[in-house]
Amino acid sequence: MNEWQNDKTPDETEPRPSGRQTREALLEARGLTKRFGDTLANENVDLRINKGEIHALLGENGAGKSTLVKSFYGSLEPDSGEIFWLGQKVNIDNPSEARSLGIGMVFQHFSLFEALTVVENIALALPNPGNMAELAERIRSISEDYGLPLNPADVVADLPVGIRQRIEIIRCLLQEPKLIIMDEPTSVLTPQEADRLFVTLERLAGEGCAVLYISHRLEEVQRICHHATILRHGRVVSECDPARETASSLARMMVGVDVANVSAAANAPQLGPVRLRLTNLDLPASSPFATELTNINLDVHAGEVVAIAGVAGNGQSELFDAISGERPVAPEMITMDDLPSGARSITWRRQKSAAFVPEERLGHGSVPGLELTGNITLTRHSTGDGLIASLGLLSRTAAGRLEQKIKRAFDVRMSHDNPEARSLSGGNLQKFVVGRELDRRPGIMVINQPTWGVDAGAAALIRQALIDLARSGSAVLVISQDLDEIFEIADRIAVVSRGILSKAEPVHIMNREKIGLLMAGGAETQAAKSGQQAPDVLPEAPGGAV
Amino acid sequence: MRIELVKRKEHSQLMTVLSPLLAVLLTLITAAILFSLAGKDPIEGLFKFFIEPLFDSWSLQELLVKATPLVLIAAGLSVCYLSNNWNIGAEGQFVVGAICGSFLPIIFPDFQNALTLPLMLLFGIAGGACWALIPAILKARFSTNEILSSLMLVYVGNLLLDYLVRGPWRDPDGYNFPESLLFSDAATMPSIGFGRLTIAAPITLVVIVVLALVLSRTLKGFEIRVMGESPRAGEFAGFSKGRLTLFVFAISGGLAGLAGTMEVSGSLNQLLPVISPGYGFTAIIVAFLGRLNPIGILIAGFVLALSYIGGEGVQASLGISDKISNVIQGMLLFYVLACDTLILYKVRIGHNRRTASQGA
Repeated sequence: MNEWQNDKTPDETEPRPSGRQTREALLEARGLTKRFGDTLANENVDLRINKGEIHALLGENGAGKSTLVKSFYGSLEPDSGEIFWLGQKVNIDNPSEARSLGIGMVFQHFSLFEALTVVENIALALPNPGNMAELAERIRSISEDYGLPLNPADVVADLPVGIRQRIEIIRCLLQEPKLIIMDEPTSVLTPQEADRLFVTLERLAGEGCAVLYISHRLEEVQRICHHATILRHGRVVSECDPARETASSLARMMVGVDVANVSAAANAPQLGPVRLRLTNLDLPASSPFATELTNINLDVHAGEVVAIAGVAGNGQSELFDAISGERPVAPEMITMDDLPSGARSITWRRQKSAAFVPEERLGHGSVPGLELTGNITLTRHSTGDGLIASLGLLSRTAAGRLEQKIKRAFDVRMSHDNPEARSLSGGNLQKFVVGRELDRRPGIMVINQPTWGVDAGAAALIRQALIDLARSGSAVLVISQDLDEIFEIADRIAVVSRGILSKAEPVHIMNREKIGLLMAGGAETQAAKSGQQAPDVLPEAPGGAV
Repeated sequence: MRIELVKRKEHSQLMTVLSPLLAVLLTLITAAILFSLAGKDPIEGLFKFFIEPLFDSWSLQELLVKATPLVLIAAGLSVCYLSNNWNIGAEGQFVVGAICGSFLPIIFPDFQNALTLPLMLLFGIAGGACWALIPAILKARFSTNEILSSLMLVYVGNLLLDYLVRGPWRDPDGYNFPESLLFSDAATMPSIGFGRLTIAAPITLVVIVVLALVLSRTLKGFEIRVMGESPRAGEFAGFSKGRLTLFVFAISGGLAGLAGTMEVSGSLNQLLPVISPGYGFTAIIVAFLGRLNPIGILIAGFVLALSYIGGEGVQASLGISDKISNVIQGMLLFYVLACDTLILYKVRIGHNRRTASQGA
């Protein structure tokens, strides 16, 4: 199909950065500066990407990575500085100019039209899309090739986050670019899928295509990147060969200080009674492209953290909605502290000491245009926190007190007191949304993607708080795509795949490979083998596909 | 040079207040241009349209009479719009409310006691609310577009009124004129002062105060705002979208119905084939000009009432068609919506660095 696909694997012994300056530069930035209001997002940034190089761009949230790559992609105009492409000074005024130079980009926040189908979205980005049926066929085959299968006829609005990112990747690859900018591409992939992507990236690099790779995952940066540039507070603080560094030395360069390790009590926790129980939970798909939940069984005990792993779009959000009560099910399907709760409202569940943190923090977990105090009232108006005074009047002082308390306990940083939720950065808003619920000391905590897009320091804080909550006698259920996170905090791990949940197994008998196989469909096989009853031990690696 | 709209981090408090004032200013400028295009002195035109009515006791009172239904309807509409429910059919709810409110004095003209007027007002509220609940139920149950269904019901309501006053409810002693009998004193709103001003104005003021309190200080008001801005977060908070749709439509329909009843029982004293100069539609402008805020609506109601009276004024004194009122009302809404962009965006005028450097 594509000529560059079927030959040599990359040269493992190719010169590492010692000889970088002598190799041919593809893109070079000199003194790029970009200011937003009072903040310098990029300050005098120099960066050189060679042909055929996988170049990591590392930095915490807000370090200026996205701003920098947007300048390369023409979607932001730097205030000063120059960009050279193959030695020529260029002005990249807009993304289509970037694309015509040969720069492709996979965004972290997706730039897709929700009302259009996959193939229509891709056609829009191509200068000559040609025949739609042929394009759809190309999309289908290329996406299969890369292990990122897509149905070209799906409407984007119906697709979960993970699949949307695949569209962006495929759209970029279709243009056969010379430089691909990838913003956290593996966060929604299974380990096996990520491996296949790495093979692809290495093959691309071998062909001379450069990759600018933005990631929080130091392990994969060390594994596939030839060179790394580290940004902190908008400035380049270091350059290195990631293979010669350790994960902790890279983390130190990014953060500037040592990142606290999350300490799960090494041994199994003291288990209390079952506080949250799902029994044969079924939930029909709400739209033709949504996932149907089938026969889900899970117990979460007081004292433990149970994590549900899985690739995005396999029923996580449906499961969350059912447990939170946003989508009612039959009463016995969900019990909370032995009370049938499946048909109860989310407010009733909160009053029974459950708390919920959804995946989408802005627009679901919080109202963008409402101040933080209002957003506290949002989930806590009926939980006896004194937010509703007599005569049904809202108490602003009570909300203000809680806001101060949450702000201090979770280090929520804001430019002025009690701002609108939309003005907080992603990490700070996540700390607020999690803190709002943890502050209640809930007996049952259900949290979907607790640290999506959150910097290392904030992520450690949130994870530690979840573990501490469990150890204090609460049942904590974490839904996450981040396996590092899951291994850091979970006592037991289950995997969801196409709406079917595997048995939750203790963390010490799980490993990445097992989880990967379950993600890739093993959960269904397991469920089919064991029938209604979940087995006591995990069957031999199902499917046999390794 | 190029002009860019840059998103603000938070909405601008200043522009929230400034935007309607800016819109009024732009409307005045455009109106002046219109007057001079029509061959009149723009200054004189503006003076006669916007200023003169304010210095005449008759027109000041008329201003209150016209502002009352506008404010009342707009207050109800603002509740709808805040919660992201687009009730465009207040005109119909006004008319049907007036019909229901007139039921007692027309069908039982002899029922005259202290209960007559309160019952009429209750019937009017119920009628307007029921009329508004039709699009609300259709929306909550079948996801019908409420903009279309509520708008269409305006014409149904108007034709219903037309049919009644030309048919069954026509005054038998009315020489075949298409109008109902005149209401008895017991069915008439007590007047204040010497002109057409009735207790409708203070009733409206009370409604506005109560609504302002409910919206800003209670959980219900909170629910309305949250559901309007972010329905997903609203459901996460435990609020029901369907139930809220019914609630806000009932509120706004009820207030429109109340306004309709007070209009026929206070100003007209009978049902006519046409009882509203488009109050239900003009109230949409009032609601937006007033920032969907009850107090703002009170002020905006006077501005729009002024446009009715000013239109009549320039027709009389300058010979300009009173259609100018509609033009000015339309421009005002247009400018308000345009200026509202500035609440979440700021304008940046920058030099295009590249064109400049290429030129050098």
